[in-house]
Amino acid sequence: MALAQVVATASGSRGAGSRSLVIRGLAKEYTRGKLVLKGIDLTMDGQGFLAVIGPSGTGKSTLIRCINRLVEPTAGEVRLNGVDLTKLRGATLRAARRRIGMVFQEYNLVERLTVMENVLCGRLGYMSALDAWLRRYRQSDIEDAFGLLDAIGLGEFANRRADALSGGQRQRVGIARAVMQDPDLILADEPTSSLDPKTAVEIMELLTGLAGRRSIPVIVNIHNVELAKRFCTRIVGMSGGAIVFDGPPGALRDEHLKQIYGGESWL
Amino acid sequence: MRAAEASAVAREWQRFTPAERVARFSVYLAIVAAIVWSIDTIEVIPEFLYDAPEQMADLLVRMWPIDYAHYPRAIHETLVETLHIATLGTILTLVMAVPVGLLTARTITPHPALNWLGQLILVSSRSVNSLVWALLFVAVFGPGALAGTLAIAFRSVGFVGKLLAEALEETHKGPIEALRAVGAPWLSILLKGYWPQVQPSFWSISLLRWDINVRESAVLGLVGAGGIGVALDDALNFFYWDRVAMILLTIFVVVIVAEVAVNAIRKKII
Repeated sequence: MALAQVVATASGSRGAGSRSLVIRGLAKEYTRGKLVLKGIDLTMDGQGFLAVIGPSGTGKSTLIRCINRLVEPTAGEVRLNGVDLTKLRGATLRAARRRIGMVFQEYNLVERLTVMENVLCGRLGYMSALDAWLRRYRQSDIEDAFGLLDAIGLGEFANRRADALSGGQRQRVGIARAVMQDPDLILADEPTSSLDPKTAVEIMELLTGLAGRRSIPVIVNIHNVELAKRFCTRIVGMSGGAIVFDGPPGALRDEHLKQIYGGESWL
Repeated sequence: MRAAEASAVAREWQRFTPAERVARFSVYLAIVAAIVWSIDTIEVIPEFLYDAPEQMADLLVRMWPIDYAHYPRAIHETLVETLHIATLGTILTLVMAVPVGLLTARTITPHPALNWLGQLILVSSRSVNSLVWALLFVAVFGPGALAGTLAIAFRSVGFVGKLLAEALEETHKGPIEALRAVGAPWLSILLKGYWPQVQPSFWSISLLRWDINVRESAVLGLVGAGGIGVALDDALNFFYWDRVAMILLTIFVVVIVAEVAVNAIRKKII
């Protein structure tokens, strides 16, 4: 990984200082007149783990997908390292996306490909379709991938097919694929919701550990408030498509949770 | 108020309303009328119908003993040609069906007009029987295996393309979304997201079509498009029933062998 970082920094495409995410007035409506996101303002300087908590259907997934444009925002701007992502199209959008890693609730691995190739999928944005077809991955990428597989404890599984793995193992591969992109930001959409409590903790440790070592900022949607408080440096609470809490985990009180989720009988 | 009235008299219950009963009776009547009309139209000749069992028995007697010696003499060569027609035709089909399938699949080509164009090609291919395709190509290229191969290929495009398009539309969206998020170009998403998912269906469809094509190419010779059908046509025309029996037996064995082979290979792939 060290070599890749040196190369990336030398080419001027990044540097830890320039990483920043600024969201201004972000709005999304799937059907006309029904706002799912009601003008989100959010600023993140180039570090830390931000947890987005809130009830189901409040727009957490939509928010995260509006950042890398898997969902088209209706209004507002999303600036990553100063570039407004909402204005990009075609090749420039793809170039921006390859700098944003994403981890999914259902892992979203290509089941019939090997673990190794799933990790190398993180480099598809950097190579031509012909090279991808002929599996002409760069040697440095292959070495990085092996390094990551060792880091996630799946070094022995490189040639195993992804559908032979357990849920926790698949999510590890999902995280490795995101880190493989050499991203300026990682988005994680409910990465632990399909996993048992112990595996969920391990996945959060892995995600924050790998990203932390590379000082990649992470935004994670999460249902589990305890996990959010334990692993994240900042918590954003959403309710009804708007941000109703934004602060460090220590500042999150029961009255905030009441406001975010509604009611108090569950507390 | 109505409930009170109803409880006063004996309660009646009927499964269908009068209108529904009339409708059902009309359907039955229409079916019977259609059968009567059809029998009237096909003009069965009673004399032929009455001695059909006799004729059948006579035919079977003439087929026996089977002329095994005819196989090395004339059948083998045409059989090999049939297999070549089926195999080459299937390969040609795959080349043509993949782009049409991609065009038709709504997930790949998000453009209704192009989907419609793909569907039109597939339907045209399927709506023409391979014998008719063969007649067409015999007229263009003259009799022989080339016409047969093209007939097989053009008939199969509709089948393979349709099933391929369906397989493409049934793929999981998750991995595709992940590869889009990675910033992969469109073609890479096709190769690394869609292809691994449809690969088993693709080979399974191709093998199934090859199996069908072996059977279909066996009759193409009847219209002069090469293969074992030519031998069958000759034997039929000269009333060599023992040779006809041998040819039918050969086709039967080949179809069974093809079936077994296809099943064995399919199990390996999936």
